[in-house]
Amino acid sequence: MADHPLVAVEHLERAYGSFRALRDVSFELAQGDVLGFLGPNGAGKSTTMRIITGNLAPTAGSVRINGVDLLADPLSAKARLGFLPEDPPLYRELTVNDYLRYCARLNGVRGSRLAEAVREARQRCGLKQMGERLIGNLSRGFQQRVGIAQAIVHRPEVVVLDEPTIGLDPIQVREIRELIRELGRQHGVILSTHILPEVQAVCNRVQIIHEGRLVLSERLDALNERMARTSLRLSLARPVEKTQLSAVKGVQRVEELGEGEFRVHHEPGGEPAEALAQRAVQEGWGLRALVPEERSLEQMFVDLTLKGEAA
Amino acid sequence: MMTTIAARELRSMFLSPLAWGVLAVTQLVLGYLFLAAVDRFHRLQPRLAAMDGGPGVTDIVVNSLFSSAGVVLLLITPLLTMRLISGERAEGTLALLRSAPVSVTRIVLGKYLGVLGFLAIVLAVVLLMPLSLYAGTTLDLGQLAASALGLALMAASFAAAGLFMSSLSSQPTVAAVATFGLLLLLWILEWSGNLGGGLQQAVDYLSLMGHYQDLRQGLVNTADIAYYLLFIATFLVLSIRRLDADRLYG
Repeated sequence: MADHPLVAVEHLERAYGSFRALRDVSFELAQGDVLGFLGPNGAGKSTTMRIITGNLAPTAGSVRINGVDLLADPLSAKARLGFLPEDPPLYRELTVNDYLRYCARLNGVRGSRLAEAVREARQRCGLKQMGERLIGNLSRGFQQRVGIAQAIVHRPEVVVLDEPTIGLDPIQVREIRELIRELGRQHGVILSTHILPEVQAVCNRVQIIHEGRLVLSERLDALNERMARTSLRLSLARPVEKTQLSAVKGVQRVEELGEGEFRVHHEPGGEPAEALAQRAVQEGWGLRALVPEERSLEQMFVDLTLKGEAA
Repeated sequence: MMTTIAARELRSMFLSPLAWGVLAVTQLVLGYLFLAAVDRFHRLQPRLAAMDGGPGVTDIVVNSLFSSAGVVLLLITPLLTMRLISGERAEGTLALLRSAPVSVTRIVLGKYLGVLGFLAIVLAVVLLMPLSLYAGTTLDLGQLAASALGLALMAASFAAAGLFMSSLSSQPTVAAVATFGLLLLLWILEWSGNLGGGLQQAVDYLSLMGHYQDLRQGLVNTADIAYYLLFIATFLVLSIRRLDADRLYG
């Protein structure tokens, strides 16, 4: 089975009445990938996730989980999947142990492997001490962890998490992210979120969906390279002409931002920071700040989604 | 998988006060009615003994107890079934079942088995009352068994209808009201009076009460049993189809 991608989604379409929520979405997930699924609210993230996990039927297209067609053989495809929906599907009246045991059984874990699976899921999600606590009495962060534990208790090959860090405090967010990174080593993970730093923190691939279409699908390192620094922000105490700055070696273009602030564009790699600093000292411009600017994922996200709106 | 779902369902019922409350109230009401029936029999006994082939203790006490039990179940079953699917839908836990390698048929049957398990406990407790008479008198065990079978089939029918209503809605109370309305309507169909000829016959046949009456008198008729089984199967199939359709239109 090694030649199959873990998840292969082809030409997925989904319509709710006349509203087309997904249009021709195709992507793949390989072993060891943590795929970040980004998009504004209502772009189709949750719809895609619900289709991949068999909660919703696609209008057209196919989903294969490790080579098994989800529509033709849903039971054996779903056995390879773990899913945490936006609202964790928890039974508040059960204890953590009872709940995880139930989830494991539902997913076909039997006999002696059952206790082991529950223990391991609890340990991986930091719920070691929480086994006999009622889920309804746990804090939001721990409930979220129980939700994740539920998704991995049967050791699925693919874990799908829909906004796993929503509503958590910053420390809990860090812990959950650490957990997701850890999951990525053994499972393929698909993660939907609209928190951009989250993607940069845990994912190695990123996809942006907008109005039901994939507008970007790339590896994060390649993307980072593309987003490499191409501008500096310069702040001077004394008034200087733009042309004086343009004359510095390596500078392509200068934007004046007012109050002695400039944005200096340059070639990727050919950073003129040193030359600019030297010149500023020589000419007595009164250098106050010289900061490299990064084109963030956020900028990219805004560009891609707003461009779509203007068109 | 089916038994896993059924066991969870039953367990959750007993983890909430609802199950205990239902059991307690049922027991209280039926216990009172049972005592009243025993008392009535006690007063009538001298006259009954004089009658040739008059009704015995089974006819009077058991028949009236099971008749009341039918009404009580009509009232409590909607409360037991209302959360089955609508509750999971409202809390978002349906996704857990849908993402697991379990077919919709098994989900529905598992839930149904769970509620049947609870109803079996209710029936066992009801059955203990007439059986306690066995200490002091003889009972017509055949008639008692037929009555118990009738009550069990009827309770199972109520549960199937309740399950279907629960699958339609994401609000448990709506499901309860709809179930109660449907069951009450089917219960009182016979009262609708004279519609004349074939139509009245058809309406009579649909009535849940009519089929139960014969069984309570000890008449085990294949037609009555078939009626209940068809009733149950119909609503189970409808529930499965409804839940399946969620995936297409949800």
